[in-house]
Amino acid sequence: MSKMNIVEAVKSALGNELKRDKRVMLLGEDIGKNGGVFRCTDGLQKEFGANRVVDTPLAELGIIGTSVGLAVNGMRPVAEIQFSGFIYAPFDQIYTHVSKIRTRSSGRFSVPLVLRTPYGGGIRALELHCESVEGHLAHLPGIKVVIPSGPYNAKGLLIAAIRDPDPVMFLEPMRIYRAIKEEVPEEPYTVPIGKASVEQEGSDLTVISYGAMLKQTKQALEKSDRSIEIIDLRSIVPLDTETIINSIKKTGRCIIVTEAPKTAGFHNEIIARINEKCFFSLEAPIARVTGYDCQFPLAKLEDYYIPDEKRILRAVDNVMSQ
Amino acid sequence: MVKKVIKNFEVEYLQVLDENGKADEKLMPKLSDKQIKELYDLMILGRTFDDKAFSLQRQGRIGTYIQFKGQEASQVGPAYVLQDKDWMFPMYRSIGALIARKHPMHKLLQYAGGDIRGLRSPDNVNNFPIAITVGTQMTHAVGCAWASKLKNEKDVSLVYFGDGATSKGDFHESLNFAGVFKVPAIFICENNQYAISTQIERQTAAETIAQRAISYGIKGIQVDGMDVFAMYKATQEAADNARAGKGTTLIEAYTYRLCDHSTSDDAKKYRTEQEFKSWMKKEPVLRLEKYMRSKKLLNDKYKREVTKKAAEQVEKEVEIYENLPAPKPGEMLKYVYSELTPNLKEQLDELK
Repeated sequence: MSKMNIVEAVKSALGNELKRDKRVMLLGEDIGKNGGVFRCTDGLQKEFGANRVVDTPLAELGIIGTSVGLAVNGMRPVAEIQFSGFIYAPFDQIYTHVSKIRTRSSGRFSVPLVLRTPYGGGIRALELHCESVEGHLAHLPGIKVVIPSGPYNAKGLLIAAIRDPDPVMFLEPMRIYRAIKEEVPEEPYTVPIGKASVEQEGSDLTVISYGAMLKQTKQALEKSDRSIEIIDLRSIVPLDTETIINSIKKTGRCIIVTEAPKTAGFHNEIIARINEKCFFSLEAPIARVTGYDCQFPLAKLEDYYIPDEKRILRAVDNVMSQ
Repeated sequence: MVKKVIKNFEVEYLQVLDENGKADEKLMPKLSDKQIKELYDLMILGRTFDDKAFSLQRQGRIGTYIQFKGQEASQVGPAYVLQDKDWMFPMYRSIGALIARKHPMHKLLQYAGGDIRGLRSPDNVNNFPIAITVGTQMTHAVGCAWASKLKNEKDVSLVYFGDGATSKGDFHESLNFAGVFKVPAIFICENNQYAISTQIERQTAAETIAQRAISYGIKGIQVDGMDVFAMYKATQEAADNARAGKGTTLIEAYTYRLCDHSTSDDAKKYRTEQEFKSWMKKEPVLRLEKYMRSKKLLNDKYKREVTKKAAEQVEKEVEIYENLPAPKPGEMLKYVYSELTPNLKEQLDELK
């Protein structure tokens, strides 16, 4: 055990898996010598060599396209897309091939690929560095979408993703990369994909969040005197509907907190499932605390965009007063 | 101040068999009589299937079909070089290559008939599902070849694509990765002069596609794509180089499609009769036939036998296809993931 932040936990997971399975390889821009722009792969090239921790040409489509070929031919590529806003070029590959090859080959071929990318805002970054792309990805059958919220689950989920036979999009919460330290084992372990975590039990209200928003949500809710059940989704595909439904049946009220834009985001799918499965347990309409339907703003406005304590607590009051 | 030429490049062209079926013996690849007959048989089989599939579409017995008439040599020649364990990344027009690579014809019809299961490669060969969106398979071949290299395996990865695909970023990114990582891949660009209706001059101002290899530090060659011997020879050399660790080759098969783009297309709208006829004179099957006659490898009787055998084989495959059971509705959910997610289990129940 040692205290790790998310960057260190990710690196520990990658190192464990590179050691365990010689099919595992990392590829991406500046991940080798430089150790990644966030240092998630720092020192790994030195330890495992340039054939296993590969600095690629600056070409995101090429990284994911070649990863498809690598994965189909027996490797376990873990590809890094430097920022989530750079994922749109390889979206063609993700949509057209990564997600479909198992179906198109009737199970003959599969793509056990992990795509890692930092996502979300809050670090005063440039444009197109802060995208919440999970909604786009979740709308695409054939891939899994995993979003850790802290060091311990980041390591366990990443190892599970690398060992998963299906393609996994692994979205790392950029703004809390170094904001949380937890006890994390040096040894490999997994956290199951497709299982949510009840972070705090409560009876008045269920608050669902994931990724970087979880920390902010928890902090905000500490200021509320309600008995609140907090769920960390951890995976959005597959979604742990059962944990959500069990909680709503108990509390009858629900808020979903995300920094993704409001319209057509994944949070709306959660509302739909609650409506389908336990509408009559609801005491109040479900509330969404989200980003706005605009471009992710630059530094001067991003604090207004990302849901803050005030908006979260206001939503609690609204939902509880109905 | 210095101004000088720092590098000169050359672009090779290869033709072994001229339009009259006369071979340049110095360039002739090592092929036994039996192998030459096999190449001929495969080209006849491909063409017979192509004609049959076209008529099945017209009769409503399959859906849209992509023809490849005229491209028998550029497909069969390279495919014939490959070992079963090698990897092939076909595109929608690579039907002749798939037949040469043991993909059962009834499965090709099954796919064209609307059943995805027809795309599944037989277990004894590594044929990737055909690419539908143009050029998107090129990076896969590079990654696949890269994996072979990392695993110290001697397999090569061969990818087919058309002239239109060279306009896409995928072409650049894949050849660039191929050059940087020096992977055992073979790129076969079947330049049939048209991407549906758009002429090659609108795809690139470069005089050849082969020369584009130069900018990626890989080998490039333009080959008479209607000459099966030249296609075989260029691919064989590319495969030898790839297996010897010498990296990737881009082969431009200079050819023409002697048919419409697909069963939904009418090429008369954008190609002249005169142009079509001029290419018909270079036609690959007749060209090989002339050569084989001159070498006493083929006579009228042999030709009749091969043609008849191909027709019978295709008819048999059509019969198998037409007796295949339709997929069950649940089939569409079966391979989305390695196992059904809870969500898909529910949806499977809805389907029932």
